[in-house]
Amino acid sequence: MADDAVLSPEVVHTKLKEHGVTHIIWLPDSETNWLFLLLNADPDLTLIGVGREGNACAIAAGLYAGGAKPVILIQNTGMMEAGDSIRGWLISLNIPVVLLVGYRGYTRHGITKDTAATFTEPFLNAFRIDYYLVESDRDADRLSVAFTEAQRLSRPVVGLIADEFHGFNR
Amino acid sequence: MIDTAKMLEVFKRYRDDAIVVPGRGGSHWVNLTDAPSLDATLGDPAMGGHAAFGLGIALAQPARRVYLFDSDGDIQMSMGMLTTIAEQAPKNLYHFVLDNEVYATTGGQPVPNAGRIDYAGIAAAAGYQHARSYSDLDELTRELDGIFATDGPYFIHLRVRAEIQNEAIGTRKPWNPRERGQVIADLREALSS
Repeated sequence: MADDAVLSPEVVHTKLKEHGVTHIIWLPDSETNWLFLLLNADPDLTLIGVGREGNACAIAAGLYAGGAKPVILIQNTGMMEAGDSIRGWLISLNIPVVLLVGYRGYTRHGITKDTAATFTEPFLNAFRIDYYLVESDRDADRLSVAFTEAQRLSRPVVGLIADEFHGFNR
Repeated sequence: MIDTAKMLEVFKRYRDDAIVVPGRGGSHWVNLTDAPSLDATLGDPAMGGHAAFGLGIALAQPARRVYLFDSDGDIQMSMGMLTTIAEQAPKNLYHFVLDNEVYATTGGQPVPNAGRIDYAGIAAAAGYQHARSYSDLDELTRELDGIFATDGPYFIHLRVRAEIQNEAIGTRKPWNPRERGQVIADLREALSS
């Protein structure tokens, strides 16, 4: 059941299945532990762990070229590290991949103190990457928009995950 | 030292209906290939990404062989890919590394610790079940039957002659007849039919 106050990993998992995702290329962050456990338990999904986020971009390009449907699951810090790979392997090759990016440091109500958050949206704007903020289950349909837009534009699109999955409190 | 163009001529006999990611050997491969729609002649979209791209396409197409021609400069940028490839263990991936010890496209400056790196040893330590090094084309030629009769991922390190480019990038003659986006589109179409 959708919970307005939190973003449930189950809701994200369902969205990935709805959109036919086959592979998740990922590196852990503070937002996604319980989502990882769900995905890892799904026999229809292949998880590919990388040691550095830039590698995820070229893997996604290869998967797409081969007919698969990948999603990249990383933190905003890693997204910024991966800048040239995003440019060369995703944008320049017209790869319609969704990146689920953990928005470390994002505060809905308050002063942003984490520079990871400070630079996230300016980075996305500089790269001209469309992004959709997902703060709770109520925003889950924005993930569908992200998938649809990626296909329509033949470009990477970001789902900016603004809430730590409350599975940590389980 | 192995000549890359001559090595690719030998390799071509084994190509069959495999996907080839020619990497830094692309400028030679475009003149040798008989199946360009199955070639990922992307050149260098962003440095360091060839191993990752090769893994991605190998995982997406497990029934088809993938021959990846990576380079020492690229693999140094993405050493972590060796552990990711070892973990995913695609049986259809044959990972060549063309080691000329330099960054050839920027004038031939040495890569870090050039000439003193055991790339095959690193790959084996990262978890590749099979990893070999060759400096002689005749030796490689004798052993290719055995290599390709073995399931991958197989890491094949080749010491190759450097082909250094000193011209400004804007003045170089393009070797790839297709735009990169077209290469991806052609590959998807060929693999879907």
